[in-house]
Amino acid sequence: MTKLLDHLLSLRAEGRKLLVPYLMAGVPQRDSYGPALVACSEDADAVEVGLPYSDPLMDGPVIASAGERAIRDGIGPIEALELTAGLGGSAPLIAMTYYNPIYRVGERAFCARASRAGVTGLIVPDLPLEESAGIRNAAREHGLAWITLVAPTSPPHRVEAIAKTATGFVYAVSTLGVTGARDELSAVASKVVARCRDATDLPVLVGLGVSNPEQAGAAASVADGVVIGSAVVKLVLERGAEGAASFLAEVRGALDALQG
Amino acid sequence: MTVASDQVRQATGRFGEFGGRYVPEALMSALIELEQAWQEARSDAAFGTRLDGLLADVVGRPTPLYLAERFSERAGCRVLLKREDLAHTGAHKINNTLGQVLLATRMGKRRIIAETGAGQHGVATATAAAFFGLPCVVYMGAVDMARQQLNVVRMRMLGAEVVGVEAGSATLKDAINEALRDWVTNVEDTHYVIGSVVGPHPYPALVGDLQAIIGTEARAQVLELEGGLPDEVVACVGGGSNAIGLFRGFYDDDVRLIGVEAAGEGLDKRHGASITAGTQGVLHGALSLVLQDDEGLITHPHSISAGLDYPGVGPEHAWLASTGRAIYESATDEEAVKAFRVLAATEGIVPALEPAHALAHVLRDGAGKGLVLVGLSGRGDKDVAAVAESLAL
Repeated sequence: MTKLLDHLLSLRAEGRKLLVPYLMAGVPQRDSYGPALVACSEDADAVEVGLPYSDPLMDGPVIASAGERAIRDGIGPIEALELTAGLGGSAPLIAMTYYNPIYRVGERAFCARASRAGVTGLIVPDLPLEESAGIRNAAREHGLAWITLVAPTSPPHRVEAIAKTATGFVYAVSTLGVTGARDELSAVASKVVARCRDATDLPVLVGLGVSNPEQAGAAASVADGVVIGSAVVKLVLERGAEGAASFLAEVRGALDALQG
Repeated sequence: MTVASDQVRQATGRFGEFGGRYVPEALMSALIELEQAWQEARSDAAFGTRLDGLLADVVGRPTPLYLAERFSERAGCRVLLKREDLAHTGAHKINNTLGQVLLATRMGKRRIIAETGAGQHGVATATAAAFFGLPCVVYMGAVDMARQQLNVVRMRMLGAEVVGVEAGSATLKDAINEALRDWVTNVEDTHYVIGSVVGPHPYPALVGDLQAIIGTEARAQVLELEGGLPDEVVACVGGGSNAIGLFRGFYDDDVRLIGVEAAGEGLDKRHGASITAGTQGVLHGALSLVLQDDEGLITHPHSISAGLDYPGVGPEHAWLASTGRAIYESATDEEAVKAFRVLAATEGIVPALEPAHALAHVLRDGAGKGLVLVGLSGRGDKDVAAVAESLAL
């Protein structure tokens, strides 16, 4: 069992709903990224760190422009890993990256660097089941958890095959679309979560469009927890580490209120 | 000739090691559905008859093959032009868009989206969508909208909504990203008409199949006109759809295949030559050759021709290059503009800047090459302003 999965399972066993905020590495700036990461770790059970990429086709405007900003500051995806090394707060780190930087440096080499940077899990949103055998092996060799995405358009037989490969958690994509805040949490979310539940006992977290404590509570009432991306990135940029941390404390409150 | 496409279809969606399907899970079902729908359609005689009818009546196929005598004198070899510039809407792009939109209607899709670089694919998609009565949204980089204003107006007159893309380099690559974002959001009722032999499987095979008519016609025409095969077949390569269409007609022949990429300001400066100067990488859902830095960030390409201003290339080309079956050369902005003027002055044809790169290669290296067939993939009305600016006319 991966370290990350062990950590998440023991929290779930305590009845705790899981909170995973997303931050863009190197944002707001090279030297203020570390403090933001520590502040956002406070109420989190793991933190997802996005590595800046030139062609982020799963990301909406908030995260895409945060990535562009990091790249303008000279922080590419590999540099971002180096920058993250030693910064981690109390929560385990998960790296979210598009596949080309991994391909470019090599799957094994990438996993070695990620592991050295303190990363415990990987999310690669443009690498579907059929193309992921190599990176999954490399991740296993380096003790990194593999986190899989399940979409509203994934039929049950695919969900089953995808869930089998997961060694961290299953990321239930709540709605069709790219990352970004939504006014309402999609009704599709509970259907996707149910399909994941049928396929696996691993933690199932809802992400994409979760942007406030109410939505987080609603999502976590059917799932094991939530991933919150654009809302956190926006706050980090507009109100700094403290603004993001106090928002996450509110979300934490909404999740803890669900605790049986 | 469909050797490559059958090979890819029966295996794993790859041409050799290139191709594949590097996309978000949300798109996987749609790609699998599209792959199956295309396999069924291409073996359905009624679909074939309908498509052939559209290619004849709407596009005006077959397009002529023409011996460019005065241009040949300048090049030092006999130059045959495959006149895709005479296809409806002024480029080869319509062969693909009519086929894909016909396929989309068969799949029950009710909305069409596309990306465009030079605007030719956008115009061709808007035309096909209008023909079938479907709403159409075209994504186009803001830089390209400025330099291809004529085509922006044409698309709007055809009823399409043109959405400008400001992200990244605001050119073709970014327009494809934005179209993919739309598709991820609306995949259930929308068909994405990719304009070149790029993207995740089955797109490179599908677009290549629909463009293969160029090579099939050209081979028969050159045999009839000259009584033999050409020594060389030359086409420009951005994503590479007109080149694949033309090349596929000659895969099994003893004919040199030459793709000409955009060398832009020069290969040591900004350019779009992904095969000549790129490395292996994943862009827009496929493993191919791309322009990137050491960390895998895709770099900003440059070409005076919007259609070749792309940091990747179709996986079938990467495969042809790796096997040596095709050879890839490049031509600079300056050489392309010069060839543009030579063709206009010697033949009375204003070519698009994209095939002007293929013509530039022939003007530079054609002497003594015998019989050379060039894919004249589109006409140049859209480029007149850009050429005038570059020459300070």
